[in-house]
Amino acid sequence: MIYKVISKGEFKAFIDALVQNNSSFGPRKVDTGSNGKPIYQFMPVKSVDEIDFDYTVTHSSAKHFFLPYRDELSHFNFSDGNWEQEIRYEAPPIILIGLRPCDINAVNILDDVMLHGAYPSPYYLARRKNNFIIGMDHMPLPDCFCHSMNRHTVNHGFNLFCSDIGDSYYLSINSSKAFNFLKEFKIEEPTYEDNCLLIERRKNIKNSFATKIEVSGLPCFLDIEFDSPIWQKWGDKCLSCGSCAMVCPTCYCYSVEECFDIDLKGSTRQNHLYSCNLVDFAQVTGGHNFRPKTGDRLKYRYYHHYRGFAANDNQQICVGCNRCGRACLADINPKDVINDLRLERESCMICVSPSPDKT
Amino acid sequence: MNHLGFEMEKVKIGSFDFTCCEGCQLQLANKESTLPDFLALLDIRNFREISSERLDDYDIALVEGSITRPDEIERLKAIRAKAKVLIAFGTCACFGGVNSLKNRIPQEEAIREVYDNKAVETMPSMKISDVVQVDHSIPGCPVSKDEVEQILVGIVTRSQVSLPTYPVCVDCKQQLNTCLFDLGELCLGPITRAGCNAVCTTGKSACLGCRGPAEELNMPAFFELVKDRALSLNDLHEMLAFYNAFEPFATDET
Repeated sequence: MIYKVISKGEFKAFIDALVQNNSSFGPRKVDTGSNGKPIYQFMPVKSVDEIDFDYTVTHSSAKHFFLPYRDELSHFNFSDGNWEQEIRYEAPPIILIGLRPCDINAVNILDDVMLHGAYPSPYYLARRKNNFIIGMDHMPLPDCFCHSMNRHTVNHGFNLFCSDIGDSYYLSINSSKAFNFLKEFKIEEPTYEDNCLLIERRKNIKNSFATKIEVSGLPCFLDIEFDSPIWQKWGDKCLSCGSCAMVCPTCYCYSVEECFDIDLKGSTRQNHLYSCNLVDFAQVTGGHNFRPKTGDRLKYRYYHHYRGFAANDNQQICVGCNRCGRACLADINPKDVINDLRLERESCMICVSPSPDKT
Repeated sequence: MNHLGFEMEKVKIGSFDFTCCEGCQLQLANKESTLPDFLALLDIRNFREISSERLDDYDIALVEGSITRPDEIERLKAIRAKAKVLIAFGTCACFGGVNSLKNRIPQEEAIREVYDNKAVETMPSMKISDVVQVDHSIPGCPVSKDEVEQILVGIVTRSQVSLPTYPVCVDCKQQLNTCLFDLGELCLGPITRAGCNAVCTTGKSACLGCRGPAEELNMPAFFELVKDRALSLNDLHEMLAFYNAFEPFATDET
């Protein structure tokens, strides 16, 4: 990693040069909520003036740039009583601007699942190779809990990371591509004072988290609480609408659909991002549904996120961005569900016997 | 037609309208880019919007509209007797549709309002499955031509024919739309069957539920969140009643 400092004015010139010449996406205000607060999304940008650098958080994550909501996996051509499969791994290069540390950590987690498992995804690889990520730090929102998940800082998975130190950005340069781009612009060695400002900024961010979730020992806790009535309690609120999974930066579960071309001369196989909360997620051929109950489906989503699945070395995949909590109309959010689960057990007085005395 | 070595016959199809605007049938003649291929799958026996032929032998009957007159019942039963597969086509056929608004007021009043004092034979609007057995439903006001194509191709190739089970929110989030609830509006997206690509909410119009309920609805939770947001329950009932698609859930209010 190489560290440099760039003035905010020069940084804008740098970003403008990038977005003028490349297919780029950055945070933009798309609406104003009924609470008066702006609503942001990662949207196409053609000039630096379109980017809201001081945005709070985007409603949806940046996941769909790597895992599109719908993706054609292959096309089959039928001819002469036979068929041919046509597969393309093409992804145009894109620049992603303004991803938060939690967002970049999420991409790193997706890398683990999609690239480092037994069956690496060539579709994902094509997109992941062909992007340039510029990260930016931010002061946490009241409901951000990435600190609890230890995802509030990030040291890889980006080309360039910018920490706001007042009049300048403190740059962490993590790729030769980024370094070469920046050569054309006025960047400076960090001074002693810049370093102090960076440390101060990080301390300030770390101390500003208002939402904390106790996740230590959570995998074991979840195993024990498999039959807890808490799941049904929260399941009764759940609409099974899948919004949580759609906005989540790490939910990667999908369904595969195949459909004929209308001329019957071919067909496509399509990948469709799905959610384990949707009613037929665990329905199999013949019609049996392994998880017909809302509470069970909600539980499995929490297990995947906080207990981890074997496919990704039992790692917790939640990064603590709370996008699911904000998107949920029924007001289901990780903080309340996990605290409820812990409270239920930890406040139980029925079968507690005193710990043995220390000898 | 030859498909993967299997000889296939074109399906003989008839399209019939009852009480409706014929807008769903019009969709069949839309989407010019695939229209020739679409028509190549079909042997059109009876479809007044695109052919003057009136033939009585067909395998598939697309039935559009709701049933509002006694003579329509007889005509529908005759179609059912001839068709191997009967498809309720469009929101009116599937749920009763906008026509069902008249079910909420006395019939005499409805007739007086529309026809003055002319003698008109009419009765409360019924969905097709109230009268005959329905094999497939394609909801939508109007239907989505993409979905119609997929379903008819499914029938022709004898592959699986299904509708999405989940609500419009999935489609809507995939369009990166702002949730209309975040803008302080009511929307039936969370309880309505997806498959429309969230076309209304993408245009910032609330979902009115033309595709009917998603599967395994949690209606009490939906009423709860509307109340929590201090949105109007009257407005909600109006929206639920608009297409008559949520009639079975009308008493679910908690």
